[in-house]
Amino acid sequence: MNIQIRPILVALRRHKAGTLLIALQIALTLAIVCNALFIIRQRLANLSEPSGVDESSVFVIRNQWAADWPTAQVDTQVKADMLALRQLPAVRDATPASGYPLKGGGWDNYISMTPDQTKPTTDAAVYTGDEHFIDTLGAKLIVGRNFRPEEVMVMGTQQAITPPVVIVTKALADKLFPGGNALGKSFYAMGTTPSTIIGIVDPLQRQGVDRWANAYAGQALIWPIRAAFSGGLFYVVRAKPGQLAEAMREAPKALIAQSHMRIIDPKDGVLDYATIRHMVYDSDRGMAILMGIICVVLLAITAAGIVGLTSFWVGQRRRQIGVRRALGAKKRDILAYFLTENFLISTAGVALGAVLAIAFNLWTKTRFEMSQMSMTYVGVGVIVLLLLGQGAVLAPALRASRVSPVEATRSV
Amino acid sequence: MFAYYLDLALRSLKRSPGLTLLMVLAIGFGVAASMTTWSVFRAVSGDPIPWKSSRLFVPQLDIWGPDSRKKGGYTDISDAFDYTDAVALMRDHRGKLQSAMYQVSPSVVPADAAKHPINVTGHAVFSEFFPMVEAPFKYGSGWSAQDDTNRSHVVVLSDKLNQKLFGDINSVGKSVNIEGKDYRVAGVLDRWNPQPRYYDVVNTGGFVGDGAEDVFLPFNTAIDVGMPNDGNTNCNEIPKGSGFVGLQQSSCVWISYMVELDSSADVDSYKNYLDGYMRQQQQAGRFNWPPKYELRDLPAWLNSQHVVPDDTKVSLLVALGLLIVCLVNTAGLLLAKFLRRSGEIGVRRALGAPRGAVYAQFLTEAGMVGAAGGVLGLLLTGAGVACVGWVLPKDIAALAKLDVSLLAMTLLVAVIATVLAGLYPTWRASRVQPAWQLKSN
Repeated sequence: MNIQIRPILVALRRHKAGTLLIALQIALTLAIVCNALFIIRQRLANLSEPSGVDESSVFVIRNQWAADWPTAQVDTQVKADMLALRQLPAVRDATPASGYPLKGGGWDNYISMTPDQTKPTTDAAVYTGDEHFIDTLGAKLIVGRNFRPEEVMVMGTQQAITPPVVIVTKALADKLFPGGNALGKSFYAMGTTPSTIIGIVDPLQRQGVDRWANAYAGQALIWPIRAAFSGGLFYVVRAKPGQLAEAMREAPKALIAQSHMRIIDPKDGVLDYATIRHMVYDSDRGMAILMGIICVVLLAITAAGIVGLTSFWVGQRRRQIGVRRALGAKKRDILAYFLTENFLISTAGVALGAVLAIAFNLWTKTRFEMSQMSMTYVGVGVIVLLLLGQGAVLAPALRASRVSPVEATRSV
Repeated sequence: MFAYYLDLALRSLKRSPGLTLLMVLAIGFGVAASMTTWSVFRAVSGDPIPWKSSRLFVPQLDIWGPDSRKKGGYTDISDAFDYTDAVALMRDHRGKLQSAMYQVSPSVVPADAAKHPINVTGHAVFSEFFPMVEAPFKYGSGWSAQDDTNRSHVVVLSDKLNQKLFGDINSVGKSVNIEGKDYRVAGVLDRWNPQPRYYDVVNTGGFVGDGAEDVFLPFNTAIDVGMPNDGNTNCNEIPKGSGFVGLQQSSCVWISYMVELDSSADVDSYKNYLDGYMRQQQQAGRFNWPPKYELRDLPAWLNSQHVVPDDTKVSLLVALGLLIVCLVNTAGLLLAKFLRRSGEIGVRRALGAPRGAVYAQFLTEAGMVGAAGGVLGLLLTGAGVACVGWVLPKDIAALAKLDVSLLAMTLLVAVIATVLAGLYPTWRASRVQPAWQLKSN
């Protein structure tokens, strides 16, 4: 099969406007699809990150007090509540906490290696919990040991205390001590007393998943602190395998039985991890779906546009096709002609589109919180659009190849 | 003549139903996607108090210094107040109306002992807050400046909380138990839930899903009874003292501040005041960096706080891109369609139709495609706005509303855009040489 490109180019020169419009449409489609795919990929990557929590059995109770109690009284109540929760048949373990992974927002501290450092080394999400925290979340302690009960300190509202021991995530340990051996080393978390690393867990996600925190992904520390906030706190509870529903039903009842002076919101006071994950990734998932819909609509419209315009060209050139067939051109020559024609237009389109795609990405990078798009997306987009063009042109091209040589003799 | 063109257009469109359907679908989807994202953008970028926003100002004081910005990688100075400065600015009282405020989340114990206590949200504010933001009252009013000074136990309730506690009655003068203490109801607000919640963007991010705030208490009273801050607290260093009192003595920022200034002269004198205040603080040895402050009006403040989420802007941009592709697509198809009828145009021209008539005929046809696309777009926009809660965060999606102006705009954009897309094909059609067409036939 001998494909002649010159005659195609000559023919295209007679359809400048149509050719330009298709090329432009392909270019714009490529620019948008690349960026949309990039956004989708970024958001989906967030969605599937493991939290380090045993999500199928853990749930969280937002417990608020209906009375203005002093710290000591709150602490007494928290301890009683923990005993009651841990005794429930469906419950494996429970811990009082100021926050939990994927909560959204949350408590963050700067981390420094020396107390008088002006620019901190990094930033870490701060979790507080007692010696049951690690087991309750189901986090994996890879090195070191858990907190001992006597290490757990009590913290009232807005009270600044720095426990001397800390458990950190592997991400934080690696960031602070790139050489490894973080165990036994210490750091400062916005205080004047150091905390010594006694254990390392991996993985454990941060409370917030905002994009500003991407640079600190997975960096968190756990302090042995029993929160006794007068406003209220979270109770993280781990059900025994397969007993999540029962535990979620029984836990609030057990707490109310302990004391009436509390508020557990009937609507969102008790949340399982499926819901927590759903809520925190709401906007990420939404963006991915929206971009997905737009991609599909765009590709469909562009494909349909190519079908439409090529069909028109085939209709216009029936006589010429007939002449070529009469002069000995085979069906596959006609087919090849239209496929090649589309390939030429698409190539010009994707070349322009690749430039537009990168320009758009660079522009959004300066205006919004976006990162640099890898060239893979442009590559994938180019291939998708070239294939789409060939696929779209196939039906009209086949129709053209079936034009009978007799058409050459007919007048219009 | 127009009726004739309509008839011609209809015949022409019927002749190639596939191509027509394709154009209508493209326009419909393109317009619907842009209008749906536009409805969200319009909702979140709206001015919550348009008649007054240029007279409401948010001051910012640089109490942490340039090092803190380097540390956190920020460029703007802190967006909230510490207790010391908030109280000082309130005491100096240099604006027409002003209020420091912080977010609270107290519990309310119903008088009926059988009912469970409930947790409510609200703000601790000064008396001038209500006239400043022009909060509408159903019963009663805000409290007096005297109540601020006396640290009176008074409260303003939302319509909803009033309903829940008292039923739909005028409860002014009645007593409510908040955190174990009795407060006298000074007023009940009518439905009032401005979006974005401009008086405290720092804590809400601008948009709050369901419902208005339930209670407003005097700032001084809340401090007095030790009602802790329920909003964000940002610290440059760990507070030395502990508890809520320790927070008040610290340089942590957790208080919002808003001031009303009615003329540009007032704005200038307020700026002078802030400058003088910061100089005085520096001279008193509180800090050693050059005094720095900001005074932004409400629109500038909302902008600096990125109240319109980036996602919303990017969605709108991408949807507009989709619309442009649809228009390019339509232009290509119209071109093909019109030029196919070169013979017909040649005959019309040869029979004496001026170029203008050809223009009118083909633009009518383009307009018709646009109108059909617009009608499809209306349906799809309706579906889009209804389903937007499925893809966007609920608190933002809930603000997107289908109204007459959005529907009118959908139709208008569809028709205008299609006619614009039809301009070039029509021009090409009008340049058809009658002689050529007639000869080749």
